[in-house]
Amino acid sequence: MTTVLPVPNLAAIGPEILVTVLACGLLLVDLFIPKDRKRAVGILALAGTVVTALFTMRYWNYSATTFSGMFVVDNFAVIFKEVFLFATAITILISLRYLEIEKVSLGEYYALMLFCTLGMMVMVSAADLVVIYIGLETMALSVYVLSGFMRFNVKSSEAALKYFLVGVFISGILLYGIALTYGVVGSTNLNAIAETIKLKGLKDNPVLMIAMFLLAAGFGLEIAMAPFHFWAPDVYEGSPTPVTAFISVAPKAAAFAALIRVFVVGIGLMAPHWQVLLWVIAALTMTIGNVTAALQSNVKRMLAYSSIAHAGYMLLGILAANTTGLAGVAFYFFAYAFMNMGAFGVIILLRREGIVGDEVDDFKGLAHTNPMAALLMVVFLLSLTGIPPTAGFIGKFLLFSAAIKAGFYWLVVIAVLNSVVSLFYYFRIAQAMYMGEAPDSSIPRPQGAPSLTVAIAIVGILTLFFGIYPHHLVELAKASVTTFIPFL
Amino acid sequence: MNWANLFFDLFAVIVVILSVITITRRNAVHSAIALMMAFVGLAAIYVILGAELLAAIQVLVYAGGVMALMLFVIMSVKSDEQNQVKQTHAQTLIAAFVGVLFVVEIGVTVWMGFLYKNTGALAKSQLAAMGNTEALGTVLFTKFLFPFEVASVLLLAAMVGAIVLAKYKLER
Repeated sequence: MTTVLPVPNLAAIGPEILVTVLACGLLLVDLFIPKDRKRAVGILALAGTVVTALFTMRYWNYSATTFSGMFVVDNFAVIFKEVFLFATAITILISLRYLEIEKVSLGEYYALMLFCTLGMMVMVSAADLVVIYIGLETMALSVYVLSGFMRFNVKSSEAALKYFLVGVFISGILLYGIALTYGVVGSTNLNAIAETIKLKGLKDNPVLMIAMFLLAAGFGLEIAMAPFHFWAPDVYEGSPTPVTAFISVAPKAAAFAALIRVFVVGIGLMAPHWQVLLWVIAALTMTIGNVTAALQSNVKRMLAYSSIAHAGYMLLGILAANTTGLAGVAFYFFAYAFMNMGAFGVIILLRREGIVGDEVDDFKGLAHTNPMAALLMVVFLLSLTGIPPTAGFIGKFLLFSAAIKAGFYWLVVIAVLNSVVSLFYYFRIAQAMYMGEAPDSSIPRPQGAPSLTVAIAIVGILTLFFGIYPHHLVELAKASVTTFIPFL
Repeated sequence: MNWANLFFDLFAVIVVILSVITITRRNAVHSAIALMMAFVGLAAIYVILGAELLAAIQVLVYAGGVMALMLFVIMSVKSDEQNQVKQTHAQTLIAAFVGVLFVVEIGVTVWMGFLYKNTGALAKSQLAAMGNTEALGTVLFTKFLFPFEVASVLLLAAMVGAIVLAKYKLER
């Protein structure tokens, strides 16, 4: 018997091919670059990422389904791929000098970052649970290694091991969820799942409900939503700071995108069930994140808990299950990428020979020693709190209004109260910067490398720009979720 | 009673005996060797059932890779006393519970197989047209082409990561 090999639409996976070639190319180029000039590999990776981001923009309004229905390209996938590529580019910029200070400037770092990006790009384009899983694993494996990149540092190794152990455990749970779904429905394709649930009336099927729980848990790890958030503070604190910035944004965005696709497209008919589940999770996640963040003295840990809280806000968007909510999630991830990576960038700026710079006390007097950095930090903190005129405010506004439209009044009340709590701990940093005593002049002043300064400036400007002129980005975000309108 | 059935029973008994040896030996190396032979016995059963690819994977991955890994671990913690450490039975109750659950699950599965005569009819008709390995290969290179290709990148990333973490530690 002869089998006809399928002819997939290779043009549809153009960006993925580009990233793979780039990552493999970096591994090869790395061999010919002497040890003290690994920065060149990073610059090459940066250039490649920017080119890929520009190339991916051409896929806007390009819609295709290929590889036997497993891979879709729609505006939703494209907008999230841009988030990943943006986060990767900024991470490379803030890594260049940091890796040299930490004496771990290796070419493989950039290759792994791109492998991770590839995994995330596959995840958002996946229309099949198997592909989502493979993408998730590609992303996760690279991130485990990146978080343990400072191998000689005990905290970094601890972070990698913890992340790895929790990660493999939860990926087992996710697989079990996929297996149960397949057992009930007989397919792993999201559209086929939706179709079968509709035809056979399976929306109250108990096994499918268990599968729904397990799938939520599986994605919940990367999102760091309660009760799967315990790994986050240790991993965020121990990882190299640029990696922390990266994992607080990009993998979270990828898991959110996959969660949206699975819950809205795949088991959209079960919405009444998962809305109850997500309601509880969102309320828990926000509250645990914000209350615990207020107790931290280490800024990286504080931002870790704050990122847990932000995941809670973003769950409102999925919960609302309307166009504004989903567009809100897409917009919020851009805003979150700007402000969170900016805040971590300022922490990296404080990293000097002999000073780690991630305690609140290290921020004391920054307004005198580096006024520009202090000012930008205030912008990021305002945005994280959700105060105008910043992108964070617009994002929160979209999410909260979507939740109100869907009738989740109490949850919005909880979210607003949580935002007030967050004001307290974010402004402890601002207070340290502006009212704290500057350390004596014997300690070198915090002076960022040019690449770091550029990165912080870019995200700072974007945070303000999209806070004042959000219209265009909001329209893009709304256009990106048109894919889901038939399922809402 | 044909030869295949006879060999199936023979290997089944061998696997059970070897599994019992695995969990009763005091010496971890003896346990490992018994486990490895049990894996090979399982591979023989797969061959009798017509699943040649599964048998090959069983030998390569389990009897080869997993066992080598286990032996490395045993050797790296080796000291003569540690190899003789008596196995503890502190978790007997939990183990018994899980074991009973597992037996019930397998029992139900087998019983259902007898109940519904046409279980696996699709797989059987597919097998009539082509072999086991061919069927898997066909699906892998047509329907599951994309995840198959991404999996290769996944393995590359894992390999690079493992080398980064292990190698640069040695150099320091």
